[in-house]
Amino acid sequence: MASNQNLIAGATGDWEVVMGLEIHAQIASESKLFSGAATEFGAAPNSQVSLVDAAMPGMLPVINAYCIEQAVRTGLGLKAQVNKYSVFDRKNYFYPDLPQGYQISQFLQPIVGEGAIEIDLPDGSVKTIGVERLHLEQDAGKSLHDQHPSQSFVDLNRSGVALMEIVSHPDMRSAAEAQAYVKKVRAILRYLGTCDGNMEQGSLRADVNVSVRRPGDELGTRCEIKNVNSIRFIGQAIEHEARRQIDLIEDGGVVQQQTRLFDPKNGETRAMRSKEEAHDYRYFPDPDLLPLEFDQAFVDAIAKDLPELPDDKKARFISDYKLSPYDASVLVSEAENAAFFEAAAEGQDAKAVANMVIGSVFAGLNKAGLAIADSPVTPSQVGQLVGLISDDTVSNSIAKEVFEMMFDEGPDQGKDAHVIVEEKGLKQVTDMGAIEAAVDEVIAANPDKVTQAQERPKMAGWFVGQVMQATGGKANPQAVNKLVLAKLGLDS
Amino acid sequence: MSKLTDLNLAQARDGLVSKAFSAAELTQSHIERVEASDALNAYVLKTPEKAMDMAKASDEKISNGTAGPLEGLPIGVKDLFCTKGVRTTASSKILGEFIPPYESTVTQNLWNDGAVLLGKLNNDEFAMGSSNETSCFGPVNNPYQGANGENLVPGGSSGGSSAAVAARLGVAATATDTGGSIRQPAAFTGTVGLKPTYGRCSRWGVVAFASSLDQAGPITQTVRDAAIMLGSMASFDKRDSTSVERDVPNYEAALTGNIKGLRVGIPKEYRVDTMPAEIEALWQQGIDWLKDAGAEIVDVSLPHTKYALPAYYIIAPAEASSNLARYDGVRYGARQTGVDIDDMYSNTRAAGFGDEVKRRIMVGTYALSAGYYDAYYIKALQVRRLIAEDFDRAYEKCDVLLTPTTPSAAFAVGKQVEDPLEMYLNDVFTVTVNLAGLPGLSVPAGLDANGLPLGLQLIGKAFGEEELLRVGEVLETAAGFTTRPKQWWSA
Repeated sequence: MASNQNLIAGATGDWEVVMGLEIHAQIASESKLFSGAATEFGAAPNSQVSLVDAAMPGMLPVINAYCIEQAVRTGLGLKAQVNKYSVFDRKNYFYPDLPQGYQISQFLQPIVGEGAIEIDLPDGSVKTIGVERLHLEQDAGKSLHDQHPSQSFVDLNRSGVALMEIVSHPDMRSAAEAQAYVKKVRAILRYLGTCDGNMEQGSLRADVNVSVRRPGDELGTRCEIKNVNSIRFIGQAIEHEARRQIDLIEDGGVVQQQTRLFDPKNGETRAMRSKEEAHDYRYFPDPDLLPLEFDQAFVDAIAKDLPELPDDKKARFISDYKLSPYDASVLVSEAENAAFFEAAAEGQDAKAVANMVIGSVFAGLNKAGLAIADSPVTPSQVGQLVGLISDDTVSNSIAKEVFEMMFDEGPDQGKDAHVIVEEKGLKQVTDMGAIEAAVDEVIAANPDKVTQAQERPKMAGWFVGQVMQATGGKANPQAVNKLVLAKLGLDS
Repeated sequence: MSKLTDLNLAQARDGLVSKAFSAAELTQSHIERVEASDALNAYVLKTPEKAMDMAKASDEKISNGTAGPLEGLPIGVKDLFCTKGVRTTASSKILGEFIPPYESTVTQNLWNDGAVLLGKLNNDEFAMGSSNETSCFGPVNNPYQGANGENLVPGGSSGGSSAAVAARLGVAATATDTGGSIRQPAAFTGTVGLKPTYGRCSRWGVVAFASSLDQAGPITQTVRDAAIMLGSMASFDKRDSTSVERDVPNYEAALTGNIKGLRVGIPKEYRVDTMPAEIEALWQQGIDWLKDAGAEIVDVSLPHTKYALPAYYIIAPAEASSNLARYDGVRYGARQTGVDIDDMYSNTRAAGFGDEVKRRIMVGTYALSAGYYDAYYIKALQVRRLIAEDFDRAYEKCDVLLTPTTPSAAFAVGKQVEDPLEMYLNDVFTVTVNLAGLPGLSVPAGLDANGLPLGLQLIGKAFGEEELLRVGEVLETAAGFTTRPKQWWSA
């Protein structure tokens, strides 16, 4: 149910925004859904086009069995019903990058039915979003309008590439929820390996249906924002579209059912075509293809092969490693991240490892623009470093510095933590005599501060800082703290 | 010795095997005959040089003992089959001078078995028609003329194929049948036409009209020739998802002449009021011939027959409206210019398609439209299932069905072209077979009062081609049809 924080304030009261998403995910397959042509991204225009993709006379589609397996695999990953009988239909419309004059899709009987996805919201709560269906369809080619002053060119490399369209119920109530949903679907697809999730290359894109209503009212008229290709843009498009609809209604207007486009340049959506201009797609079963049928054994074989999915992994991280739900969800968002964490946590304090992976490794990778596979610090090195904190060899703050030396470009990059600690003499001072001497020295040198501290015990922190500075940060902070309080008579 | 062009396919094959003549000689004599046949307009493209090259290659294979089953046999190919490097138009202006960079599975099978290509044969545009008058190349004339010497249609859509075989412009021809397009032209020209079971021949590389109904088959002079041709044309093809994985039997070996005890069903619903008495009489004659040959005659009922034609004229145009969407001027074929893309589409398709094709695209588009789909398309699919069930029930009581092929003999060119509904009635006895996906065979069985050929149709069980051909040959033998058209088209 909608929580109040999701409501949008309008001039005449609060509004609720309602969203449903259609995610188009390209199946990670070598060849297309109905032809043997390659699917590699970035190839020269029209270099990956079979006779079938170009819809030459008399050419016929043949189902790519691998793509069917991936759709079933995805259906299982979405905890959805897999339909052992499904039908391919033709969706008829004319467009230059649609060579057949129809798209082969699934209309009334999709390969996957109802499912559910749990999304993690920034406040740590979890919400379930219903999945209505997943169906298979062909991608269209691409029209190029910037190649010639008066003509458009067509690149058919994408024509016939296998897509899974994942349709949600209108269960989302904020841009953040929609973004979390896309992230989650993307994570599941990547865990399964059925889609690379690459939004920049168009492997994953979303059509966003947005409507607004007064809380508790019937659903409002929706507008569909087509082909949004980044999670940030999805947020922007929704914010803009919701505000546009609210302003329109509050100014006495009526929302028209429309297909709209999001323009990332100005962050706005604009009308593409209205309901009246909408195509009559004249869906009917494709007579070139038999209905798709498989047995339970086919599904079972795929199910047996499923990897651990984000939700299960998250639950395991919480129970086995005692991580907070938030840390766990951050770590499982990408399978590679989770694997890095697990390798680093082996034999170490898992919570401390999680903190370092999230706080230092991810932050460092982010700053350097590196993928986790290219991290200069290996998981076992992270584990060793956490080990040095655990056995009091270094303090947290020294550990942070050591990590930076291991991570950043420079003479120490890639070195093991203990080597750096040794070479730089960063070992924590645990000799109580030496620490006591340093405390005494600071107290003796600052009699006025001692008086202040005895009046305002918070001032003890100043002494701790001075001692730490005097020892080059190597003194054990807890020991220093204890001694300072004792010497100032504040420990009772 | 008779002329080489008088030989049927089996005779020509045997002559080549016994080296009575060479493939080059056989092909040369057919090329000459084709060259002199322009008044028939059966060939829309002649390939004499290619034919001679293929024939010479065949002679080599014959001499070195590697001859295929059709080695050196010159045939014509309906212009619906894509032929690599040879212009393919479906007799439509919209394909322009389209030259496929690929060969249809059926024709490739024929070339693999040694057949020789004489050229491409005329047909109704995109196989839509029953008289070969919708072709962009103009009508084909039936080698048989009317009583007053008027030109008659050869049937359609495979009118070029039927005319060519009747006029001996090839030992056989390929054809396609969506609602009767092989059997009706065969009946109109005194030739044999076989529409195989749906899925028996690959549709890959055949220009699509209505995908769930289209099926390739041969038009030949004799039932034996049809058996030989089908043996080469049929194959399982993984490139066509609707082709069926099933061995291709030796069809010729099935022609045993023995049909003793075979149950022949006579569907009472095919006895229509408007049927001319001579067709009624021929049908009875056919029943008697089969009875005399030892078959048992059984009355059966196909109760949904009367809904077949309306259902067919929903389903076929619906599929066609979608299948023909690819002819948009963007990638191949003839393109007309326009101020924008929609204008280009409109101009290209307006200029490229003929009236009958446009009519069917519009009917089909309408039938699939929102709000009409359930009332038309879904209803038609239901009828289709009922028709298939009719046949299932009938085959509990019989093995094959015997019916007339057409409700009339060939009619004059121009007579029906202005009345599409009258034209559609030509298919009344043949469409049920396509809707049910069954094999059908038309055998020339007699002549009407004007001396024009009439055909009888045998309908078999799915993949029952062997039995169908066996009965067909018995019928053919009993009928003893030896009539040849008077050769008016050349000296």
